Amino acid sequence: MGFLDIRNVTKSYGSVEVLHQVDIEVQEGEFLVLVGPSGCGKSTLLNMIAGLEGITGGEIAIRDKVVNGVHPSKRNIAMVFQSYALYPNMTVAQNITFGLEMHGIPKPDREKAMASVAGLLQIGDLLGRKPGQLSGGQRQRVAMGRALVRDPDVFLFDEPLSNLDAKLRVDMRTEIKKLHQKLGTTIVYVTHDQIEAMTLSTRIAVMYDGYVQQLGTPKDIYDSPANLFVATFMGSPAMNVLPSKLVERDGALHVLVSDSDGRELALRVENAPASYAAYKDREVLLGIRPEAITDPDGADRNARNVRPMTNTVGVTEPAGADTFVTMALSGKDCIARMRADAEVHPGQPFDFAVNMDKAVLFDPKTEDRIA
Amino acid sequence: MAASSDTGVDFRTRLQNWLPKLVLSPSLAVMLIFVYGFIAFTIYISFTDSRMLPSYEWVGWQNYDRLFRIREWNIALNNLAIFSSLYIVISTIIGLMLAIFLDQKIRGEGVLRPIFLYPMALSFIVTGTAWKWFLDPAIGLENTMHLWGWTSFQFNWIKDRDMAIYTIVIAAVWQSSGFVMAMFLAGLRGIDNEILKAAQMDGASNFQLYRRIILPQLRPAFLSAFVILSHLAIKSYDLVIALTGGGPGNATALPATFMYSYTFTRNQMGIGASSAVIMLMTIAAIMVPYLYAELREKS
Amino acid sequence: MAVASTDTAIRSSNWSRMLIYLVLLLFALFYLLPFGIMLVNSLKPLEEITGGNMVALPRTWTIEPWLSAWSTAQIGVEPTGLRPYFINSIMMAVPAVLLSTIVGALNGYVLTKWQFRGSTIVFGLLLFSCFIPFQIVLIPMARILGLLQIAGTTPGLVLVHFVYGIGFTTLYFRNYYAAFPTELVRAAQIDGAGFFQIFRRILLPSSGPIIAVSFIWQFTNIWNDFLFGASFASGGSAPMTVALNNLVNSSTGVREYNVHFAGAIMAAGPTLLVYIVAGRYFVRGLMAGSVKG
Repeated sequence: MGFLDIRNVTKSYGSVEVLHQVDIEVQEGEFLVLVGPSGCGKSTLLNMIAGLEGITGGEIAIRDKVVNGVHPSKRNIAMVFQSYALYPNMTVAQNITFGLEMHGIPKPDREKAMASVAGLLQIGDLLGRKPGQLSGGQRQRVAMGRALVRDPDVFLFDEPLSNLDAKLRVDMRTEIKKLHQKLGTTIVYVTHDQIEAMTLSTRIAVMYDGYVQQLGTPKDIYDSPANLFVATFMGSPAMNVLPSKLVERDGALHVLVSDSDGRELALRVENAPASYAAYKDREVLLGIRPEAITDPDGADRNARNVRPMTNTVGVTEPAGADTFVTMALSGKDCIARMRADAEVHPGQPFDFAVNMDKAVLFDPKTEDRIA
Repeated sequence: MAASSDTGVDFRTRLQNWLPKLVLSPSLAVMLIFVYGFIAFTIYISFTDSRMLPSYEWVGWQNYDRLFRIREWNIALNNLAIFSSLYIVISTIIGLMLAIFLDQKIRGEGVLRPIFLYPMALSFIVTGTAWKWFLDPAIGLENTMHLWGWTSFQFNWIKDRDMAIYTIVIAAVWQSSGFVMAMFLAGLRGIDNEILKAAQMDGASNFQLYRRIILPQLRPAFLSAFVILSHLAIKSYDLVIALTGGGPGNATALPATFMYSYTFTRNQMGIGASSAVIMLMTIAAIMVPYLYAELREKS
Repeated sequence: MAVASTDTAIRSSNWSRMLIYLVLLLFALFYLLPFGIMLVNSLKPLEEITGGNMVALPRTWTIEPWLSAWSTAQIGVEPTGLRPYFINSIMMAVPAVLLSTIVGALNGYVLTKWQFRGSTIVFGLLLFSCFIPFQIVLIPMARILGLLQIAGTTPGLVLVHFVYGIGFTTLYFRNYYAAFPTELVRAAQIDGAGFFQIFRRILLPSSGPIIAVSFIWQFTNIWNDFLFGASFASGGSAPMTVALNNLVNSSTGVREYNVHFAGAIMAAGPTLLVYIVAGRYFVRGLMAGSVKG
């Protein structure tokens, strides 16, 4: 039994079910990220944990106590909102202690709690200001301070970084991670940004269309995506998905794709799982991440199965640290990630190195990974 | 927020779920009694032979039948048609013109705008008092022109049976055209400036710019102005009382003055009620579709 | 934003600008003239009005008409001046404005932050009440006021204006609170604040502008009302507008125009003062009451 249990939870508005049978067990000190595109149900789920929306079916328990129908303020949770939701008419200090005041905590205790939070977040010099006088990053800190001061069982974050500019977002991300490591709190964090999900979480639930598509560690999700949606949603640039065929040649399985001129390319598969056998001579979808297609010098030295592949370069996009190359493979645009100084020229043939250890195959009908 | 069908709700949450409805319910009750109940009562009275006091003797459509045979009611309807169409059209034209002019980066806009708008803060009784005298040939405008030597100048509409209704239009336009101006000005200021720049790049002249680009975007303001002005016109009562008292004779009677005089002065409550019902229906025919559209757009 | 924008987007020749200024000034004159002349003539002795030019300045300045209008002029049958009626109007307007604003604020709060099934219909019912011709409620209202024994009294008028003011105040506050971030309400809920605490501690402190709009518009409408005053207040309890109309349209005796003008300006005074002091909110209320949303 977990610290926060979400058991077979569903949510319907009228006859429309927007969240289907969600089942997640969160351990104490875990950092769970709910990630997915807008409308996937992640915010609804968070609001249900908070008690801001009712639960249609199933139950949610915090510390083994079922909280269905319990008022938000009695669940011992705290929430950081996307807009920070700082009370505009109150000072920072009043914002932080408002919840304590509502819970009838005497003033000296409130001040003590506030002082420690202010120290932790380094917002001591902002306490007398109103939210309107703060920068985005400062508001973010105050919003976290308001959550921390309650010393809740579970922290809920609803896209807290999406209103910050790119640089500040990266800084605050690190800040949140540090805070989590230092305090060991249990966090449920909603975002649509897969990089935030990867960097912050101890576990990720990828959601789409009201279903949890996959629940696992960031590494699981990235390397072994359960299906095509998870594979393409996580990672940037997205995983290449190429129509291909699985055949046996010379006693080994090969994946067949076609190069920019329509000629066949065969990529050998090693250590294939037993399940691949059933797909022999059938159409499959080859999933391969950009960083698994490189220039030969840039290939992963620990990889055991790096295959050469010659193809014509389409477009090159130098991005500073790397150079991205787009080429045509099996009639699709396929992105490869080269070292910055790799000698690639548009329109010229180039010898790529494909790390087939990292390749995954999907069933074209069910779109599930063949494992 | 929390759906009421959810199970296992604690007491505080349940109370919190009920409080909003509890807070709203007195207003709803007041509305149901004082607005909708009263409307129902008046409609009922319009089908009875009530005179000085309400009576509950059902007479069917007789009051409506008689109402439309009364000469004064027909004058009132005719006046309403003249008054409301002129009032709406002239107020809209003046309001639109002033708004467009004020939108030309006018020096002193801050002084002019409040001057155009202040009559809206006045009571129609005050407006009526001022204009009644201004239009009085013996001491007002006509007299002044005569004193200035223009002895052939004649402006005695307020004493003229055929023309008196137009003096009401003048005073009403004076009172509300600034309000229409403010509505159009808000509409003009809401138009994206980049669209105007693009149109000028395309070679549109100022006139074309207004006719083809700007005015079509003011549609909502036109609609609101029309709705507000027409409902003001149908309700007009105070201004007529203060300016002409419905006279000369009953040349400037409007449905609102007719209703009042039949109900409270002439003790023909049944007929007065039926005239009020007609007024309500007229306004409802304009307001209900408008409000329905407004509320739907939002949800 | 737009003041600067028109300047870059629309250019016109110098002389069409002259024409624009001319038209604007003529209209300014049109709006100022009736009231301005009334003000000037309220400071003249009566003979100068009946025998002279209305646009001329007074040859003899006098405040006699003002004193007479305020305290000695014949209103109906009593030579009381307008003073008691002015007080009636204040006694009527102030409670009605306060009550309808409080109720409207709570309604607006519920209708935006605590929506429930059917709340839109409730709002629709309230909204329609803003636009009914009040003739439709005159007959039953007279009966109810009689039954409550407040017919012909100031409390009766307070009730009437309160009831028919709720629609507008609700509209104002609903539109205002609709733009108020709902996340703040949710944050306060998690912080443990209840329905009234959220209203008092979170929404109300940010409601200054809309409270001003509601006060100003309710005050203007109620102060300027004539129909209800004429229908439900008799004799000594009549509001200012009714008394002014009685003063101006009394058929007996010499028409003391200068006294009428002084009285009219007195009746206009409070709402004009509000307009001058808080014109910004006045315009805003105009918009809120016409262009919804």
